Amino acid sequence: MPAPSNFVRMSFPASSLNEKFARTSVAALAQVCADWNYQDLADVMTAVSEAVTNAIIHAYLRKDGVVELEVNWYEEEAALEIVVRDHGVGIKDVGQAREPLFTTRPDLERSGLGFSIMESFMDELQVESSPGTGTSVRMVKHWHAT
Amino acid sequence: MEITTESKRNVLIVTLAGDLDEHTAGDLRVTVERELDKGIHEHLLLNLSGLEFMDSSGLGVILGRYRRINQAGGRVAVCDLTPQVARIFEFSGLARIIRTYPTEKAAMAYLQGGAS
Repeated sequence: MPAPSNFVRMSFPASSLNEKFARTSVAALAQVCADWNYQDLADVMTAVSEAVTNAIIHAYLRKDGVVELEVNWYEEEAALEIVVRDHGVGIKDVGQAREPLFTTRPDLERSGLGFSIMESFMDELQVESSPGTGTSVRMVKHWHAT
Repeated sequence: MEITTESKRNVLIVTLAGDLDEHTAGDLRVTVERELDKGIHEHLLLNLSGLEFMDSSGLGVILGRYRRINQAGGRVAVCDLTPQVARIFEFSGLARIIRTYPTEKAAMAYLQGGAS
């Protein structure tokens, strides 16, 4: 991909307060870049919320950590690319983690639907992770005229 | 997130406003459990008219409360879903387990009367 037309890079503590901050920040950038329809924007916000929540409760196990959020807007492709990165515990088996309803924390009433939502609500999803090195979740949403 | 509770006969009505995510889901769980522990409610109604956002953390806490009520033989209904909340309810399949209604009145009719 060529250089993004607009972008934001931010880091924030892995605090549950920032789940809302992250999803509203992504929406704020998306909205200055293109005239998104309500549903697409809501889908993006939901997917971001899922990814950031994973970083907070799974990657850092609710302890201290930093979540990195990168958003790139590609004007020509009309594509919004979002990357959520952490340096937490990592995922042993990404394929298994991405299975609908799979969760390592049923005790926390986790639904196991985070990755399914990201996959369905966004147009592309890539997850890279390994134990001890952290996780990177890359998602893309294409803008459509309403 | 604002949570208000009300008892109408044997129904616990919980009204939410704001965002239901992992940050706020714990409050909902604690509040509903505390009210149900009083032992005076048979059914649960979640009025989501003020809920602007919900993600899968909300699904988890709602499903947890459904299990408790369902196991005790009671019913659970949800009403006044905003578009984003309806979308995630449908996507998850939870709409097939927990009845959704456009109004509190319709939901109460189901909970108390057996009307579908």
